[in-house]
Amino acid sequence: MAANDRLVQEYIVKGWDFSRAGEASCEIKNTLKQIGISAEVIRRVAIAAYEAEMNVVMYARQGIMRCEMDPQQIIITVEDEGPGIADIELAMQEGYSTATPEMREMGFGAGMGLPNIKRNADLLDISSTVGRGTKVTMIFRLS
Amino acid sequence: MTLAEVKETLQAELLTGDSDLSTEVSSACAADMMSDVLAYTEPASLLITGLTNQQTLRTVEIADAVGVVFVRGKRPPAEIIAYANEKKIPLLVTDFCMYDACGLLFKKGLCGTTRRVRKILGKDGCQ
Repeated sequence: MAANDRLVQEYIVKGWDFSRAGEASCEIKNTLKQIGISAEVIRRVAIAAYEAEMNVVMYARQGIMRCEMDPQQIIITVEDEGPGIADIELAMQEGYSTATPEMREMGFGAGMGLPNIKRNADLLDISSTVGRGTKVTMIFRLS
Repeated sequence: MTLAEVKETLQAELLTGDSDLSTEVSSACAADMMSDVLAYTEPASLLITGLTNQQTLRTVEIADAVGVVFVRGKRPPAEIIAYANEKKIPLLVTDFCMYDACGLLFKKGLCGTTRRVRKILGKDGCQ
């Protein structure tokens, strides 16, 4: 990627569409592979993006996942129309989960989603309005 | 340990006919919750699970795992096997319960990702 290059990808993520859940993250992962990002960074981006995507699928009506890349960093933004998070600090605690039995049957709801995002991203910002939705911004440094 | 040795150890059946079982497995992770897998696997891990849906395969793709062993004789639906074939993800099924499957593999030197276990068991305990 040359110094001024910038790549932007955007995906619509549908709530409760478990058959397609994870597709956007896999596509982002493939793109990063094609442009030669290191395997270690790709894995961190993919895990964080997948957790954020699953949160949209499980909790929200719909969301938009955006991936912006330049030679310095990768920024993943996931903005959803959903119930929002009342207590972000509590949601960040490992093991805390509001998942329903149906979500657990899908293999999610261990209370590791947001903590997993935090441990993989270099920077994480979450803003949320109860009843409207949540915006998760993750930054991964490349240099 | 290779996937072929995993298959033999667990007396498992290969569900994805044309999979390459010469692939090396460096560690293993056993869980039914996929976020736990994402938190505790390393690349080239084997996933041992009772979860047979699409999210298992997505987790394999995301976490760079090398294959899946379904325990307790749980078989995924045909469309999941078809997807795994398309993505070249080897799927095995064993009748052993998760604990026993893990024990058999551990006994052969396949450890998990907790660093301390390697320290406790030494070089001969973990591959």
